[in-house]
Amino acid sequence: MAEGAHPTHKVYYLVFLALAIGTILTYKVAQIDLGFWNPIIALTIACTKATLVILFFMHIWYSSTLTKITVVAGFFWLLILITLSLTDYLTRGIVKPL
Amino acid sequence: MSHSPTTIPEHHPALVHQFDSMEQQREASTFGMWVFLLTEIMMFGGLFAAYLIYRIKYYDAFVAGSSSIDVTWGFINTLVLIGSSLTMALAVSAAQRAWRRGAQIFIVLTMILGSVFLGVKAIEYHQKYVEHHIPGGVFGAFDAVSDYPGEDHNIYWDLVNKEHRTPEAAKQIADQTQIFFCFYFAMTGLHALHMIIGLILMTWLLVQVQRLNIGPEYYTPVELSGLYWHFVDIVWIYLFPLLYLINRTHGR
Repeated sequence: MAEGAHPTHKVYYLVFLALAIGTILTYKVAQIDLGFWNPIIALTIACTKATLVILFFMHIWYSSTLTKITVVAGFFWLLILITLSLTDYLTRGIVKPL
Repeated sequence: MSHSPTTIPEHHPALVHQFDSMEQQREASTFGMWVFLLTEIMMFGGLFAAYLIYRIKYYDAFVAGSSSIDVTWGFINTLVLIGSSLTMALAVSAAQRAWRRGAQIFIVLTMILGSVFLGVKAIEYHQKYVEHHIPGGVFGAFDAVSDYPGEDHNIYWDLVNKEHRTPEAAKQIADQTQIFFCFYFAMTGLHALHMIIGLILMTWLLVQVQRLNIGPEYYTPVELSGLYWHFVDIVWIYLFPLLYLINRTHGR
Protein backbone atom coordinates (compact mmCIF):
# COMPACT_ATOMS: atom_id res chain seq x y z
CA MET A 1 0.00 0.00 0.00
CA ALA A 2 1.56 3.20 -1.19
CA GLU A 3 -1.04 5.75 -0.16
CA GLY A 4 -1.18 6.69 3.49
CA ALA A 5 1.87 4.57 4.24
CA HIS A 6 4.27 6.21 6.61
CA PRO A 7 7.98 5.83 7.17
CA THR A 8 9.39 3.94 10.12
CA HIS A 9 10.67 5.81 13.17
CA LYS A 10 14.21 5.10 12.07
CA VAL A 11 13.60 7.27 8.99
CA TYR A 12 12.29 10.09 11.19
CA TYR A 13 15.35 10.01 13.45
CA LEU A 14 17.72 9.89 10.48
CA VAL A 15 15.97 12.88 8.85
CA PHE A 16 16.18 14.78 12.14
CA LEU A 17 19.89 13.97 12.37
CA ALA A 18 20.43 15.17 8.79
CA LEU A 19 18.54 18.40 9.54
CA ALA A 20 20.59 19.04 12.68
CA ILE A 21 23.86 18.40 10.83
CA GLY A 22 22.69 20.72 8.03
CA THR A 23 21.95 23.48 10.56
CA ILE A 24 25.36 23.15 12.23
CA LEU A 25 27.03 23.08 8.81
CA THR A 26 25.21 26.28 7.71
CA TYR A 27 26.27 27.98 10.94
CA LYS A 28 29.93 26.90 10.66
CA VAL A 29 30.33 27.61 6.92
CA ALA A 30 28.97 31.13 7.45
CA GLN A 31 32.03 31.85 9.69
CA ILE A 32 34.41 31.12 6.80
CA ASP A 33 34.88 33.73 4.10
CA LEU A 34 34.09 32.06 0.78
CA GLY A 35 32.89 35.27 -0.87
CA PHE A 36 30.45 34.57 -3.68
CA TRP A 37 29.96 30.96 -2.55
CA ASN A 38 28.68 31.72 0.98
CA PRO A 39 25.04 32.44 0.06
CA ILE A 40 25.01 29.66 -2.55
CA ILE A 41 26.17 27.05 -0.02
CA ALA A 42 23.74 28.38 2.64
CA LEU A 43 20.80 28.17 0.22
CA THR A 44 21.80 24.75 -1.10
CA ILE A 45 21.81 23.40 2.47
CA ALA A 46 18.46 25.14 3.18
CA CYS A 47 16.89 23.61 0.03
CA THR A 48 18.20 20.15 0.95
CA LYS A 49 16.75 20.51 4.46
CA ALA A 50 13.38 21.72 3.12
CA THR A 51 13.26 18.80 0.64
CA LEU A 52 13.93 16.31 3.44
CA VAL A 53 11.12 17.80 5.54
CA ILE A 54 8.67 17.74 2.62
CA LEU A 55 9.54 14.22 1.48
CA PHE A 56 9.62 12.45 4.85
CA PHE A 57 8.04 14.55 7.63
CA MET A 58 5.24 15.64 5.29
CA HIS A 59 5.04 12.16 3.72
CA ILE A 60 5.22 13.31 0.11
CA TRP A 61 7.56 10.40 -0.69
CA TYR A 62 4.66 8.08 0.20
CA SER A 63 1.86 10.18 -1.31
CA SER A 64 -0.31 9.82 -4.39
CA THR A 65 0.71 11.35 -7.72
CA LEU A 66 -1.95 14.04 -7.34
CA THR A 67 -0.44 15.30 -4.07
CA LYS A 68 3.07 15.18 -5.52
CA ILE A 69 2.04 17.23 -8.56
CA THR A 70 0.30 19.76 -6.28
CA VAL A 71 3.46 20.31 -4.26
CA VAL A 72 5.70 20.56 -7.32
CA ALA A 73 3.26 23.01 -8.96
CA GLY A 74 3.38 25.24 -5.87
CA PHE A 75 7.15 25.47 -5.76
CA PHE A 76 7.36 25.86 -9.54
CA TRP A 77 5.03 28.85 -9.29
CA LEU A 78 7.20 30.32 -6.52
CA LEU A 79 10.22 29.88 -8.80
CA ILE A 80 8.41 31.83 -11.55
CA LEU A 81 7.63 34.62 -9.08
CA ILE A 82 11.26 34.93 -7.97
CA THR A 83 13.02 34.43 -11.34
CA LEU A 84 10.82 36.79 -13.34
CA SER A 85 10.94 39.49 -10.63
CA LEU A 86 14.74 39.26 -10.48
CA THR A 87 15.04 39.15 -14.29
CA ASP A 88 13.41 42.57 -14.27
CA TYR A 89 15.28 44.14 -11.35
CA LEU A 90 18.72 42.73 -12.14
CA THR A 91 18.70 43.92 -15.73
CA ARG A 92 17.48 47.46 -15.16
CA GLY A 93 19.93 49.92 -16.60
CA ILE A 94 21.67 47.19 -18.61
CA VAL A 95 19.10 47.02 -21.37
CA LYS A 96 18.90 50.39 -23.09
CA PRO A 97 15.41 51.62 -23.91
CA LEU A 98 14.67 51.83 -27.64
CA MET B 1 -42.96 -5.54 9.87
CA SER B 2 -40.20 -7.74 8.77
CA HIS B 3 -36.63 -6.79 8.59
CA SER B 4 -34.77 -7.83 5.52
CA PRO B 5 -31.59 -9.65 6.33
CA THR B 6 -29.54 -7.29 4.14
CA THR B 7 -27.04 -5.58 6.34
CA ILE B 8 -25.94 -2.04 5.74
CA PRO B 9 -22.17 -2.18 5.39
CA GLU B 10 -20.58 -0.70 8.47
CA HIS B 11 -18.49 2.35 7.90
CA HIS B 12 -16.18 4.42 10.00
CA PRO B 13 -18.02 7.08 12.08
CA ALA B 14 -15.70 9.78 10.68
CA LEU B 15 -16.61 9.01 7.05
CA VAL B 16 -18.81 11.78 5.67
CA HIS B 17 -21.50 10.94 3.13
CA GLN B 18 -19.95 12.48 0.00
CA PHE B 19 -17.02 10.07 0.08
CA ASP B 20 -17.03 6.42 -0.88
CA SER B 21 -14.20 5.34 1.38
CA MET B 22 -11.88 6.53 4.10
CA GLU B 23 -9.05 6.35 1.60
CA GLN B 24 -10.81 8.75 -0.77
CA GLN B 25 -11.70 11.08 2.08
CA ARG B 26 -8.12 11.20 3.31
CA GLU B 27 -6.85 11.88 -0.19
CA ALA B 28 -9.29 14.80 -0.59
CA SER B 29 -8.31 16.25 2.82
CA THR B 30 -4.59 16.02 2.06
CA PHE B 31 -5.11 17.67 -1.32
CA GLY B 32 -7.13 20.48 0.26
CA MET B 33 -4.49 21.07 2.94
CA TRP B 34 -1.74 21.26 0.33
CA VAL B 35 -3.72 23.77 -1.73
CA PHE B 36 -3.97 25.90 1.43
CA LEU B 37 -0.22 25.50 1.99
CA LEU B 38 0.42 26.66 -1.60
CA THR B 39 -1.36 29.94 -0.81
CA GLU B 40 0.96 30.19 2.20
CA ILE B 41 3.97 29.58 -0.03
CA MET B 42 2.76 32.42 -2.25
CA MET B 43 2.34 34.77 0.74
CA PHE B 44 5.81 34.09 2.15
CA GLY B 45 7.14 33.87 -1.42
CA GLY B 46 6.13 37.48 -2.06
CA LEU B 47 8.10 38.54 1.01
CA PHE B 48 11.12 36.46 -0.03
CA ALA B 49 11.06 37.98 -3.55
CA ALA B 50 10.85 41.53 -2.13
CA TYR B 51 13.65 40.65 0.31
CA LEU B 52 15.91 39.46 -2.55
CA ILE B 53 15.35 42.61 -4.61
CA TYR B 54 16.16 44.92 -1.70
CA ARG B 55 19.07 42.77 -0.58
CA ILE B 56 20.65 43.24 -4.02
CA LYS B 57 19.89 46.96 -4.03
CA TYR B 58 21.09 47.72 -0.48
CA TYR B 59 23.58 44.91 0.00
CA ASP B 60 25.94 46.78 2.37
CA ALA B 61 23.06 47.81 4.63
CA PHE B 62 21.70 44.26 4.65
CA VAL B 63 25.12 42.91 5.66
CA ALA B 64 25.45 45.52 8.43
CA GLY B 65 21.92 44.90 9.72
CA SER B 66 22.23 41.12 9.56
CA SER B 67 25.57 41.16 11.40
CA SER B 68 24.07 43.18 14.26
CA ILE B 69 21.74 40.27 15.12
CA ASP B 70 22.98 37.72 17.64
CA VAL B 71 23.37 34.60 15.48
CA THR B 72 23.55 32.19 18.45
CA TRP B 73 19.87 32.65 19.31
CA GLY B 74 18.85 32.06 15.71
CA PHE B 75 21.01 28.92 15.57
CA ILE B 76 19.48 27.55 18.81
CA ASN B 77 15.99 28.36 17.54
CA THR B 78 16.60 26.48 14.30
CA LEU B 79 17.54 23.36 16.27
CA VAL B 80 14.51 23.81 18.56
CA LEU B 81 12.16 24.05 15.58
CA ILE B 82 13.68 21.01 13.87
CA GLY B 83 13.19 19.12 17.13
CA SER B 84 9.54 20.19 17.23
CA SER B 85 9.09 18.88 13.68
CA LEU B 86 10.44 15.51 14.81
CA THR B 87 8.03 15.33 17.77
CA MET B 88 5.18 16.36 15.44
CA ALA B 89 6.06 13.58 12.99
CA LEU B 90 6.13 11.12 15.91
CA ALA B 91 2.70 12.40 17.07
CA VAL B 92 1.24 11.64 13.63
CA SER B 93 2.84 8.21 13.71
CA ALA B 94 1.40 7.52 17.18
CA ALA B 95 -2.07 8.64 16.07
CA GLN B 96 -1.84 6.33 13.06
CA ARG B 97 -1.08 3.41 15.37
CA ALA B 98 -4.08 4.35 17.54
CA TRP B 99 -1.74 5.13 20.45
CA ARG B 100 -3.76 7.98 21.90
CA ARG B 101 -1.55 8.65 24.95
CA GLY B 102 1.56 8.73 22.77
CA ALA B 103 -0.01 11.17 20.32
CA GLN B 104 -0.93 13.48 23.20
CA ILE B 105 2.54 13.32 24.73
CA PHE B 106 4.20 14.17 21.41
CA ILE B 107 1.73 17.00 20.73
CA VAL B 108 2.51 18.49 24.15
CA LEU B 109 6.27 18.14 23.45
CA THR B 110 5.74 19.93 20.14
CA MET B 111 3.91 22.72 21.96
CA ILE B 112 6.70 23.04 24.53
CA LEU B 113 9.35 23.33 21.81
CA GLY B 114 7.16 25.80 19.91
CA SER B 115 6.86 27.92 23.06
CA VAL B 116 10.64 27.81 23.59
CA PHE B 117 11.05 29.10 20.04
CA LEU B 118 8.67 32.01 20.70
CA GLY B 119 10.42 32.74 24.01
CA VAL B 120 13.81 32.98 22.30
CA LYS B 121 12.22 35.18 19.63
CA ALA B 122 10.94 37.48 22.39
CA ILE B 123 14.49 37.74 23.81
CA GLU B 124 15.79 38.64 20.36
CA TYR B 125 13.09 41.25 19.77
CA HIS B 126 13.83 42.74 23.20
CA GLN B 127 17.51 42.97 22.30
CA LYS B 128 16.63 44.89 19.13
CA TYR B 129 14.29 47.11 21.13
CA VAL B 130 17.02 47.96 23.62
CA GLU B 131 19.43 48.77 20.79
CA HIS B 132 16.84 51.03 19.12
CA HIS B 133 16.92 48.91 15.99
CA ILE B 134 13.17 48.81 15.48
CA PRO B 135 12.40 50.92 12.42
CA GLY B 136 9.66 53.49 12.30
CA GLY B 137 10.49 55.34 15.48
CA VAL B 138 7.28 54.34 17.23
CA PHE B 139 8.79 53.24 20.51
CA GLY B 140 11.99 55.20 20.23
CA ALA B 141 14.02 56.77 17.47
CA PHE B 142 15.71 54.27 15.19
CA ASP B 143 19.30 54.57 16.22
CA ALA B 144 21.81 52.71 14.11
CA VAL B 145 23.87 55.91 14.18
CA SER B 146 24.79 57.12 17.63
CA ASP B 147 27.56 58.96 19.34
CA TYR B 148 28.74 56.22 21.67
CA PRO B 149 31.79 54.56 20.10
CA GLY B 150 32.17 52.07 22.93
CA GLU B 151 28.68 50.63 22.57
CA ASP B 152 28.28 47.01 21.53
CA HIS B 153 26.41 46.21 18.33
CA ASN B 154 26.46 49.81 17.19
CA ILE B 155 26.07 49.55 13.44
CA TYR B 156 27.60 52.93 12.67
CA TRP B 157 30.74 52.47 14.78
CA ASP B 158 31.21 48.91 13.56
CA LEU B 159 31.22 50.27 10.01
CA VAL B 160 33.72 52.99 10.90
CA ASN B 161 36.07 50.96 13.13
CA LYS B 162 35.96 47.45 11.68
CA GLU B 163 35.25 48.13 8.02
CA HIS B 164 37.06 51.47 7.84
CA ARG B 165 34.25 53.27 6.08
CA THR B 166 34.24 57.05 5.94
CA PRO B 167 31.86 58.63 8.49
CA GLU B 168 29.56 59.82 5.67
CA ALA B 169 29.34 56.38 4.02
CA ALA B 170 28.90 54.69 7.40
CA LYS B 171 26.06 57.04 8.32
CA GLN B 172 24.27 56.38 5.03
CA ILE B 173 24.62 52.59 5.34
CA ALA B 174 23.56 52.66 9.00
CA ASP B 175 20.44 54.63 8.08
CA GLN B 176 19.61 52.19 5.30
CA THR B 177 19.68 49.22 7.71
CA GLN B 178 16.10 50.31 8.53
CA ILE B 179 15.09 48.58 5.27
CA PHE B 180 16.74 45.38 6.43
CA PHE B 181 15.05 45.59 9.83
CA CYS B 182 11.66 46.17 8.18
CA PHE B 183 12.11 42.86 6.37
CA TYR B 184 13.49 41.20 9.50
CA PHE B 185 10.48 42.15 11.62
CA ALA B 186 7.90 41.56 8.88
CA MET B 187 9.21 38.11 8.01
CA THR B 188 10.01 36.82 11.50
CA GLY B 189 6.81 38.49 12.76
CA LEU B 190 4.63 36.73 10.19
CA HIS B 191 6.46 33.51 10.97
CA ALA B 192 5.92 33.98 14.73
CA LEU B 193 2.23 34.65 14.08
CA HIS B 194 2.09 31.30 12.28
CA MET B 195 3.75 29.68 15.29
CA ILE B 196 1.12 31.17 17.61
CA ILE B 197 -1.67 29.91 15.31
CA GLY B 198 0.14 26.55 15.33
CA LEU B 199 0.06 26.47 19.15
CA ILE B 200 -3.69 27.20 19.12
CA LEU B 201 -4.11 24.43 16.54
CA MET B 202 -2.18 22.01 18.78
CA THR B 203 -4.42 22.84 21.76
CA TRP B 204 -7.49 22.05 19.61
CA LEU B 205 -5.75 18.90 18.41
CA LEU B 206 -5.25 17.64 21.97
CA VAL B 207 -9.03 17.79 22.47
CA GLN B 208 -9.67 16.10 19.10
CA VAL B 209 -7.29 13.27 19.88
CA GLN B 210 -9.07 12.71 23.19
CA ARG B 211 -12.53 12.89 21.61
CA LEU B 212 -12.11 11.10 18.29
CA ASN B 213 -11.56 7.45 17.62
CA ILE B 214 -8.19 7.87 15.97
CA GLY B 215 -6.38 4.96 14.41
CA PRO B 216 -4.98 3.62 11.15
CA GLU B 217 -8.32 4.35 9.41
CA TYR B 218 -8.68 7.94 10.55
CA TYR B 219 -6.01 10.33 11.84
CA THR B 220 -6.59 13.22 9.42
CA PRO B 221 -6.69 16.06 12.03
CA VAL B 222 -3.26 15.06 13.36
CA GLU B 223 -1.83 14.49 9.87
CA LEU B 224 -3.01 17.88 8.52
CA SER B 225 -1.96 19.83 11.63
CA GLY B 226 1.42 18.15 11.16
CA LEU B 227 1.60 19.40 7.57
CA TYR B 228 0.96 22.95 8.81
CA TRP B 229 3.61 22.66 11.53
CA HIS B 230 6.24 21.30 9.13
CA PHE B 231 5.45 24.06 6.64
CA VAL B 232 6.16 26.71 9.30
CA ASP B 233 9.42 24.86 10.02
CA ILE B 234 10.39 25.04 6.33
CA VAL B 235 9.83 28.82 6.28
CA TRP B 236 12.26 29.14 9.19
CA ILE B 237 14.81 26.89 7.46
CA TYR B 238 15.03 29.64 4.81
CA LEU B 239 14.69 32.60 7.16
CA PHE B 240 17.68 31.58 9.27
CA PRO B 241 20.40 31.79 6.57
CA LEU B 242 18.71 34.68 4.74
CA LEU B 243 18.33 36.97 7.76
CA TYR B 244 21.09 35.92 10.16
CA LEU B 245 23.91 34.83 7.88
CA ILE B 246 24.04 37.29 4.96
CA ASN B 247 27.74 37.90 5.33
CA ARG B 248 29.19 37.09 8.72
CA THR B 249 32.83 37.40 7.71
CA HIS B 250 32.90 41.03 6.59
CA GLY B 251 35.19 43.43 8.37
CA ARG B 252 37.14 40.69 10.15
